[in-house]
Amino acid sequence: MAFYEHVLIARPEISPQQVDTLIEGLTKTITDLGGRVAKNEYWGLRNLTYRIRKNRKGHYALLGLDCAAPVVHEFERLLRINEDVMRFKTIRVEALDPEPSPILARRDREERRRARREGRDDDGNEIMGEEE
Amino acid sequence: MSGKGAPKFNIANIPARRPFSRRRKVCPFSGDAAPKVDYKDVKTLQRYISEKGKIVPARITAVSAKKQRELAKAIKLARELALLPFAVQ
Repeated sequence: MAFYEHVLIARPEISPQQVDTLIEGLTKTITDLGGRVAKNEYWGLRNLTYRIRKNRKGHYALLGLDCAAPVVHEFERLLRINEDVMRFKTIRVEALDPEPSPILARRDREERRRARREGRDDDGNEIMGEEE
Repeated sequence: MSGKGAPKFNIANIPARRPFSRRRKVCPFSGDAAPKVDYKDVKTLQRYISEKGKIVPARITAVSAKKQRELAKAIKLARELALLPFAVQ
């Protein structure tokens, strides 16, 4: 068994609920094939930096897999057939990070900051300061 | 290297051609508290690409060679996932 991170981008036309059912279905296929889904993240509808199949946006989802290589091959074959999935990528990792990924963590922090900013406006650019 | 800092009077290495000393920058990914190079961390990766979307050379960003290889891989992965641009017009 090996660990994989699997990121997929789904068509923007489908609703978040449909993405959920899609992910559920994929989780089921993985389990049926003898793997395990250790992590499941939905990043939301994000802007793409370039167009994919004429779309400017896409639903991003990340799955942390713990399965053997043939499972990944079969899983990817099924995804290639699936019309709702625009793009996917499976990356082998040494260990799965139980923490939420930077994208999600960042969004949480920004929301918190925005909530704080409504009260007062300071320390806006601590990220910019590190740049040197 | 050792000759430069030591107070040894030798005409050859008097710091005449260094009007201001620039501190040697250290690799931002090395050390204990350093962030991991991660293809998902778009905000961090963005600092290492130019306005055109090109990967910035390590000699400018002071990233160590080992980390620069990791960084380049992460940026390329992020590009394939449309998290970073291949080129900005």
